[in-house]
Amino acid sequence: MMSMRGVTKRIHAIKFALLSPDEMRRMSATKIITADTYDDDGFPIDMGLMDSHLGVIEPGLRCKTCGGKVDDCPGHFGHIDLAMPVIHVGYVKETKKLLQATCRRCGRLLLTRQQAMEYMQEMETVEELGGDITDVGLVTKETAKEATKRQRCPHCGEEQGKVTLDKPTTFREDGHKLTPREVRERLERIPNDDLKVLGINPEVARPEWMVLAVLLVPPVTVRPSITLESGDRSEDDLTHKLVDVLRINQRLRENRDAGAPQLIVEDLWELLQYHITTYFDNQTSGIPPARHRSGRPLKTLVQRLKGKEGRFRSNLSGKRVNFSARTVISPDPVLSINEVGVPVEAARELTVPVHVQTYNLEIVRQWVKRGPAPWGSLGEYMPGVNYVIRPDGRRIRVTDKNAEVVAEAVELGYTVERQLVDGDIVLFNRQPSLHRMSMMAHEVRVMPHKTFRFNLAVCPPYNADFDGDEMNLHVLQSEEARAEARVLMRVQEHILSPRFGGPVIGGIHDHITGAFLLTHKESRFTQEEVAYILSKIDVKELPPPDVKKGGEEFWSGKALFSMILPKDLNMTFKSSIAPKGDIGLKELREEDSLVVVKDGRIAAGTIDENAVGAFKGKILDKVARDYGADDAREFIDKATKLAIGAIMVRGFTTGIDDEDIPEEAKKQIADVLKSAVEKVEGLVEAYKRGELEQMPGRSLEETLEVEAMKVLGRARDQAGQIAGKHLGIENSAVIMARSGARGSMLNLSQMAGCIGQQAVRGERLSRGYWNRTLPHFVKGDLGAEAKGFVKSSYKSGLHPTEYFFHAMGGREGLVDTAVRTSRSGYMQRRLINALEDLKVKEDGTVRNTANTIIQFRFGEDGIDPSRSVQGHAVDIDDILQEVLGEEPSWKERLREQEVASYGLTEKDMYVELTEEEAEVEEEEPPSEE
Amino acid sequence: MEHQLVPEHRLVSEEEAERILKALRITRDQLPKIRRSDPVIQLLERIEGPIDEGRIIRVTRVSSTAGVSEAYRLVIGR
Repeated sequence: MMSMRGVTKRIHAIKFALLSPDEMRRMSATKIITADTYDDDGFPIDMGLMDSHLGVIEPGLRCKTCGGKVDDCPGHFGHIDLAMPVIHVGYVKETKKLLQATCRRCGRLLLTRQQAMEYMQEMETVEELGGDITDVGLVTKETAKEATKRQRCPHCGEEQGKVTLDKPTTFREDGHKLTPREVRERLERIPNDDLKVLGINPEVARPEWMVLAVLLVPPVTVRPSITLESGDRSEDDLTHKLVDVLRINQRLRENRDAGAPQLIVEDLWELLQYHITTYFDNQTSGIPPARHRSGRPLKTLVQRLKGKEGRFRSNLSGKRVNFSARTVISPDPVLSINEVGVPVEAARELTVPVHVQTYNLEIVRQWVKRGPAPWGSLGEYMPGVNYVIRPDGRRIRVTDKNAEVVAEAVELGYTVERQLVDGDIVLFNRQPSLHRMSMMAHEVRVMPHKTFRFNLAVCPPYNADFDGDEMNLHVLQSEEARAEARVLMRVQEHILSPRFGGPVIGGIHDHITGAFLLTHKESRFTQEEVAYILSKIDVKELPPPDVKKGGEEFWSGKALFSMILPKDLNMTFKSSIAPKGDIGLKELREEDSLVVVKDGRIAAGTIDENAVGAFKGKILDKVARDYGADDAREFIDKATKLAIGAIMVRGFTTGIDDEDIPEEAKKQIADVLKSAVEKVEGLVEAYKRGELEQMPGRSLEETLEVEAMKVLGRARDQAGQIAGKHLGIENSAVIMARSGARGSMLNLSQMAGCIGQQAVRGERLSRGYWNRTLPHFVKGDLGAEAKGFVKSSYKSGLHPTEYFFHAMGGREGLVDTAVRTSRSGYMQRRLINALEDLKVKEDGTVRNTANTIIQFRFGEDGIDPSRSVQGHAVDIDDILQEVLGEEPSWKERLREQEVASYGLTEKDMYVELTEEEAEVEEEEPPSEE
Repeated sequence: MEHQLVPEHRLVSEEEAERILKALRITRDQLPKIRRSDPVIQLLERIEGPIDEGRIIRVTRVSSTAGVSEAYRLVIGR
């Protein structure tokens, strides 16, 4: 195993060819003639399907062909001589093409010499210009198509019949059946020169080899039989299929030799064809799949390779690996975002190979000496060694008993497999691995208990929660891999996402609520509270208090948060709590929702989702971009801890009574809803009288629907507004919704006010019974309640009809997500398969493995999207502010952003290009390096 | 050529083609391909006369990321 290392060979070319009958016989270790496998004593029968010339599968026995034991002998092919030739299902397409393109009598290609030459030349030019096999294939396909069109042979003048394929394997000429023997004879007649024109190399692939005269029997190692507990032998599906082939082959030969009637021979011939076809592919359309006695379809050659469970996708593209672990995940806010908590049990199994050198010989010996499960004097975890690998590749398992002896034996050149310790770098992954942030490198922290733990700020990139999610962990086994992972894959290197040029890692839920509570308006904290909060971020000394009142000292939350900001940070942005829409500066200030950071101090504004949230955090974004990954990591660690400290000091809870609104508000909402329902009734009346004014491009019915939806939508919004008026910013649920921690104001208004219109496919509910949704309503009722308007709130509870409507609307959402995920998953798979070998080269071009250019500059601008600002190459405003050192006023800034986002228009560019100066510019070769 | 969706295609002179290949450090066969039967080439042939296989076309397109970007195509048969 170890000796395989260092053997590197480069594949220069792969040649695909057909096996000739001669070649098959030559490579065969034995001819197979009997369908029996083992004799009464359990030994393989000679010239049977399990002949010992075909390799060994039982330990202790030796192969009769090569003399090797179980692991040394790769197995050897055998062969079956077929009584009559049989069509190969895998080649029917090619066989058909050849039959159609060649003469039935002389076998020549049905093209004049002139035409053949032309196609030949075309093929050569395509190859010259770097066309790959598919391109050449296209040429030959056209050649064959052209040849098929000709009715009469240009060489011998023979009138051509029409060859059709009766799926899967029967060929007909003008309705008459062609036996495989006839097919073979025709293919034999095709001259070598004509094959070249069709893109076939006759030296390695004579077309008559596509009709089988000999069948290769795979080695027993490919189809091992298993011994059940009862002592019975159970054969592989392939062996079963080969038994069928042999039986029919035998009967066919006997009947043919005995001169049986043509009909019987033909039937047996067809049966042989069926068995051989299913031996290759048991899902050939047009024939019933061969079944096991139990009724299960057999898994034959094609089934072994194809599909998700096939050899390619499940054994070659994807493999099971060692040094990996999987368990449930849970949160740990104390860990840094770079860390992952690993259970002791897992850490003891997962190992890192350490090569023994002079500098580490002593310490390695000590590790080994400790045995496989050492504990420190204080009961703390210590890494042990599971295996010692000698220079000759032998592995010695370390046990408590042999630890001392093995430790003495460890010398230079040994490798020991050391258990995980704090600080080891590992890969951590959660499926589905949709983007590169689904697999990041973490530093190990060995911990008690049985779950993997990580910082909550890392949930968004993995899309993880803790309702039972499991994740995988992989231990890197080489120095190179560890170094690369540390530089490229560490969590802190992925704070900014290449998807949208902003942070994917950042505060969630409580972090945001906590930051809000800490910084909103004039929040004050006593000395005791401040000590508690700051203890979380390892601050040993209290800053000077901000306010003194009645002999007591208070600290402002804004000052506390400012402590973790870089000292030279300057920025201005709107908080998430800012009211939507175009509003004045004054209002923003009133709500404390205009964040102004001056020289690393929060002068005003509330820190919430727009400051530190994942996906949206502006401060996060700027810190990561301007101060680097290390500072960004530290900032996230501290900001989240600070926020959690703040939320714990104050305490935070929410319940259904957060949605309580006063009676008069309820009455108001009821009034609004009632008038809306009446309005809809009015619309319906108008519609019935024919007085409804038709909207352009819509029918009368559609107009009514649109109008009704509009009225009811507005009613729900109004209900929400009324409810919202009575839910102040001191309300926990509102804090969460406004700060962006969890939930939305819509959610709240649906709980407190009114759920609103239910819809399926964007329309009011209409299906169910004849002309009505439910039997509770009159047929043809177009009113609000009858078509799915839910007046109740989640809190008040729904009426039975409303409940039913809500279920209808809710179901659409479920179906939608189910359909969307599967469809987008498949789309992504196809996209990835198409793009997987593309790579950005050193010169900025995107190329494939053939080194041909796909894109002349990555993304046409050569910008790394994870270093872009929301997709733009540079943030002009930010640079201006930094260079000029002055703050553009809020309004101005907004306007500038708008102008900037329009960018160049197409017109601007065409003007640029049509001028002569554009020519000059173009002619300068693009500077490389 | 006036079309909203089809970017500007121009035939590149042989000398310039050599310069481009040199600058990109590539051989002709590493370029993306365009068929002679492509409508754009047919149109260009009406302006420039017959365009042989192996000639290079410059495509100047409006890019949402880079403003304007240039790409090259190698003319192939059919």
